[in-house]
Amino acid sequence: MNKKMNIMDRIADSAKSVTTGVDAKDIEHWVTIYVMGRAYEVPADLTILTAMEFAGYKFVRGVGCRQGFCGACSTVYRNKGDYKLQAGMACQTRVEDGMYLVQIPFVPAEKAIYDIAKESYDVNAILKHYPEIARCVSCNTCTKACPQDLEVMDYVQAALKGDFKKAAEESFDCIQCGLCAARCPSELVQYHIAQLARRMYGRYEFPEPGYLKKRVKEIDKGEFNKEMEKIMKASKKELVKLYAERERESD
Amino acid sequence: MAEMKLIGGYPEYMRKSIKKVEQTRMKRKDYTPPAFTPEEQKEVLQLHPDFAPGGKRKLSIGPNKGDIGPIEVLDLLEAYPLIEEKDVDLSNADFNTEILIIGGGLAGTTAAIWANESGIKTKDILLANKLRHGDANSIMAEGGTQAADRPNDSLLRHYLDTMGGGHYANKPDVLNALVNDAPFIMQWLLKLGAIIDREENGDFVEKWGGGTSVRRLHSCRDYTGLEEFRVIRDEFRNREIPCIEHYPAVELLTDGKGRVTGAVLWNIETGEYKIVKAKATILATGGFGRLHIRGFPTTNHYGATCDGVVLAYHAGAKLRDIDTVQYHPTGAAYPIQIIGYLLTEKLRSSGAQPVNKDGEAFVFPLEPRDVEASSFIKECYVKEKGITTPTGLRGIWLDTPLIEIKNGDGYIDKAFPGMRRMYNRFDIDMRKDPVLVFPTLHYQNGGVETDPWGKTSLHGLWVAGEVSGGVHGKNRLMGNSTLDTMVFGRRAGISTAEYVKNNNPTLKLTLEHTKKYIKQLKDAGIKTDRRAPILLPDYRGKAALSRMIDVFQ
Repeated sequence: MNKKMNIMDRIADSAKSVTTGVDAKDIEHWVTIYVMGRAYEVPADLTILTAMEFAGYKFVRGVGCRQGFCGACSTVYRNKGDYKLQAGMACQTRVEDGMYLVQIPFVPAEKAIYDIAKESYDVNAILKHYPEIARCVSCNTCTKACPQDLEVMDYVQAALKGDFKKAAEESFDCIQCGLCAARCPSELVQYHIAQLARRMYGRYEFPEPGYLKKRVKEIDKGEFNKEMEKIMKASKKELVKLYAERERESD
Repeated sequence: MAEMKLIGGYPEYMRKSIKKVEQTRMKRKDYTPPAFTPEEQKEVLQLHPDFAPGGKRKLSIGPNKGDIGPIEVLDLLEAYPLIEEKDVDLSNADFNTEILIIGGGLAGTTAAIWANESGIKTKDILLANKLRHGDANSIMAEGGTQAADRPNDSLLRHYLDTMGGGHYANKPDVLNALVNDAPFIMQWLLKLGAIIDREENGDFVEKWGGGTSVRRLHSCRDYTGLEEFRVIRDEFRNREIPCIEHYPAVELLTDGKGRVTGAVLWNIETGEYKIVKAKATILATGGFGRLHIRGFPTTNHYGATCDGVVLAYHAGAKLRDIDTVQYHPTGAAYPIQIIGYLLTEKLRSSGAQPVNKDGEAFVFPLEPRDVEASSFIKECYVKEKGITTPTGLRGIWLDTPLIEIKNGDGYIDKAFPGMRRMYNRFDIDMRKDPVLVFPTLHYQNGGVETDPWGKTSLHGLWVAGEVSGGVHGKNRLMGNSTLDTMVFGRRAGISTAEYVKNNNPTLKLTLEHTKKYIKQLKDAGIKTDRRAPILLPDYRGKAALSRMIDVFQ
């Protein structure tokens, strides 16, 4: 790196493999991956997503947030010499030598239609909308497929029993990638079932905090209008003063 | 050469620095460096990418001609449109709708629901997405949502905190709308069934955010945006509102006289276009992180490429505050697979401390984001007290083990499952070891100017969410972006509904505005082959790119 570069240029230079794509001449370690059967030599440090980009793919499917939140880049793969079919998010899984992979960017799945405000909070609510949940054979294939390492089968069983708390808490970190549904021999759509369970739990389990109800009422009545109108007209000088004087709540 | 040996995810030389962090940890437990004075803040901000020399120029065309902005943004504003009138047949619209919403993150989806709630039939609404419905920065929001609901809090406090954080550049009427609607939005989320962190007694768990004077942040573990979006999208789907995916807008349509009348959508897989005619159009396309301004990595979604600002500017809308960019202080700096990824500010509000290579705490952990980020740059590049990674990046430690020392064992698993999962994938245990961080490009502070209902300077065009400018001034506070999307998504939905119920404008479909835009570019002497919007960034390997040929065209 050029010592004479200014700070901003030095920062940009240090991050260029992330911002402009990887340059082969910066790479020491290589592995071979097989994208739908075709071999590519790619840098060993990359994720499946960035390795495929390195190989020349420009994604318009099978990519989303690139950081493990959106569930767009579901990928199944098998490593060399291993019988096990594995699943992961392409953006969160490092390439390994001899990895055979294919992306599953979409899962055909039926979602039930309901009005959450009109549901009754009882044990049969989920069974009513997703009767196929009773077909679960407890094989645990969904759990093994989950890239978030959730106990999918456990939350499905909880949902079947109407245990909303357990179903909601166990499924909370679900990114709705659909790999569970793609693998399920009983053809359940686990992630939609979990969505209903969470909404039921969120809506009916907790009372609304009293102070929230009170504040919304105060706002509706216009109780703050006068002071807000005044502050909206304040000069920058007045605002600076008020900002400096505001007291910080104690920790 | 063999690959570097890692111990608990880190190479040995980084372990030596971690030792020093461990040695000072218990001393730092009860010590927090004091917050900067306004003068100290001003001084350290000179190192912020917005203020450091270079990186900007003057905009030479359009309503904001003369304004200063980042080169990467101006390169897109001073670029030729993707299509011209001769490329498309505008005589028949494929979709004839009352309200077109472009962009299905939190803002666009909320707008659709509230337009429907305000009496617009579902068949008269259309939500168009560049990728899938929900491919948006919204779902990546980790920390929380601000709402001044507790008895010791007030709308005024929320207003002042945001105004000071925004360097007093915020537009007062839209900021007032933001703080005013916040408690209602929390109530709406509860009705939809969102699971928000609660205390034993049912009260919300409310946390600090950088620059807030009270605890005001409502979280859903560290998946706040994901949880908010999941319930809102589920509600949208239950209403069966029309939604099309993988159809980015490549240009707005106008009547040639300043009224927006729809858009040209483009099938990103097949290349076929669709013409949408709409009485009201809401742009909710998000921000610009994927432009990698000043060469920074980003926390943003793959599709965050500034499309909405470009489209609105082509049509003649006014922008504001495009000169400032938010860099989140704590982006991941190691390992290479996660560089730039967001580490929520909630880590710091829960006790994690920024620490240099010698194990010294050097900054108050919850300064406003621009100040905090600048202090990290100073520590790494002026004081030379950063840690250099094997790939040459510099960073400082975020001492996450302090979180459990302060809040008890098991706290990280409960409050930060997403972060823990991400680091686990790379063999780093953030409960026991610190993580390396450096500022990352996070948020478009400015954008298209609006009134408090999301209405722009053009007839027929509304905006909501990150694409808009004004509410955050020159620097956004934590917890105000998810709030912004829902407050102004809702307002845009209600406002467009009222508009289409009470107006019946003549909707001429033309691309006259692009003709005018091209003329302005030529008159300003801009000779370039740049075209915009770019829709997606390009990370293809240079070797592969250099050997590509196109035989189907």
